[in-house]
Amino acid sequence: MNIDFMSIVYAVGTLAILGLIFGIILGIASKAFAVETDERIGEIQDTLPGANCGGCGFAGCNALATAIVEGKAKPNSCPVSSNETADRIAEIMGMAPASGAVRYGARVVCSGKSNIAARMKYEYDGVTDCVSAMRFGNGTKYCEYGCIGLGTCVKVCKFGAIKIDDGVAVVDKEKCVACGMCRDACPKKIIEMVPYDSSIFVMCHSHDKGAAMKEKCTAGCIGCRMCTKVCESGAITVTDNLAKIDYSKCTECGKCVEKCPKKIIKIDKNKAIFFDKENEPVSVTPKQ
Amino acid sequence: MLTSLFSIALGAVLVENFIFNKFLGICPFLGVSKKVETASGMGMAVTFTMTIASAITWLIQHFILDRFGLGFMQTVVFILVIASLVQFIEMALQKMMPALYSSLGIYLPLITTNCAVLGVALLNIQNDYNFIQSIVYGFTAAIGFTLAIVLFASVRERLEYSDIPKSFEGLPIALVSASLMAIAFMGFSGLKVI
Repeated sequence: MNIDFMSIVYAVGTLAILGLIFGIILGIASKAFAVETDERIGEIQDTLPGANCGGCGFAGCNALATAIVEGKAKPNSCPVSSNETADRIAEIMGMAPASGAVRYGARVVCSGKSNIAARMKYEYDGVTDCVSAMRFGNGTKYCEYGCIGLGTCVKVCKFGAIKIDDGVAVVDKEKCVACGMCRDACPKKIIEMVPYDSSIFVMCHSHDKGAAMKEKCTAGCIGCRMCTKVCESGAITVTDNLAKIDYSKCTECGKCVEKCPKKIIKIDKNKAIFFDKENEPVSVTPKQ
Repeated sequence: MLTSLFSIALGAVLVENFIFNKFLGICPFLGVSKKVETASGMGMAVTFTMTIASAITWLIQHFILDRFGLGFMQTVVFILVIASLVQFIEMALQKMMPALYSSLGIYLPLITTNCAVLGVALLNIQNDYNFIQSIVYGFTAAIGFTLAIVLFASVRERLEYSDIPKSFEGLPIALVSASLMAIAFMGFSGLKVI
């Protein structure tokens, strides 16, 4: 076999020269076109979770990092991060650790499981999206305030923390980072941000009067004020036929939970809610 | 001259669409087509790169490779050229057009190894196009790519909200709809400027 060595030399040579030329051009370009970026932006971005959830109100973690460096946002603006992260960002920015932000968790405040507790108006067979179902008589449940259960919140959750259980969305507290995307997406506005360490929740959002409520859903707040009477710390108030807990006063004694005739005030000792078939809270150790 | 350019353009956009007919650039087609917004961003970045890459690779082929009889080195050299070109464009954009950079920036590195860009460079040479024709072919092929990816992204946006059987959710249904779109584009075959 006759191999033309010169053509190999030419080929290798050309490629080497081209590579060298491009390398030099790129090297020069990287110097010539160098954009001065504040190195703190990169550092802060590395500290942030990097999920780009948008919970802070900026377009992503990079945008927030830029905003923090430019002074447009506070070091603890990331709702997802822990206090340590906020402290570390403050440290990068040369500020005093000013975390102090309370960690929150999302909670879907509805117990009206479809056909179990809540009465249904009609069977919905359209696009699986709550906003779409809202257009047909404000959703499938008689209760105007109840969870539609078509999972608009499930879709927006970037952390897979929400699932639908019998027509009601349930947040997995272990996974929730309180970015607030579900709260903003919910057309019924029944997702609330509650302090992460709180364990007693009024799982209803209905402002309907007691008698009307009983017609629509067996698991709805009827505004009977039993909880306000039993509460020693005065943390529960009933406004517009709906009980509300002031978490700054709540001592988590659990008396309201026992007293509630509709069993919609629920306790969650394990910091994660599990329910059995009768809608009772069960004490289960969360899965690790 | 103009007729031939129009014929090239028509062919590249519709008849021999890069994605649906030549199956080039399938990776970004499936990867960045979840939203119309990102899809059009990717489309613009590809258009930008493919046009410039067509011009540069044509020059390299005719003034360097052909001169030394190194036509067989095409593929290797073009990969090198395209990769460094994309890097260069990225740096230049960041400095000179920050606004454009922030909209195209994240897509540019994805294009470095995009087979559509390499494909257009090789096809230009295979089809014996002259310099102008090469640029037109590169530009219009990229327009065809953009058309395909934007159309597909709008289909996928709708798929998000449809009731799809569990086993088909996500990529499977995307692939099925992509193949249906490819069949639709087959309707253009035979369209020709005489």
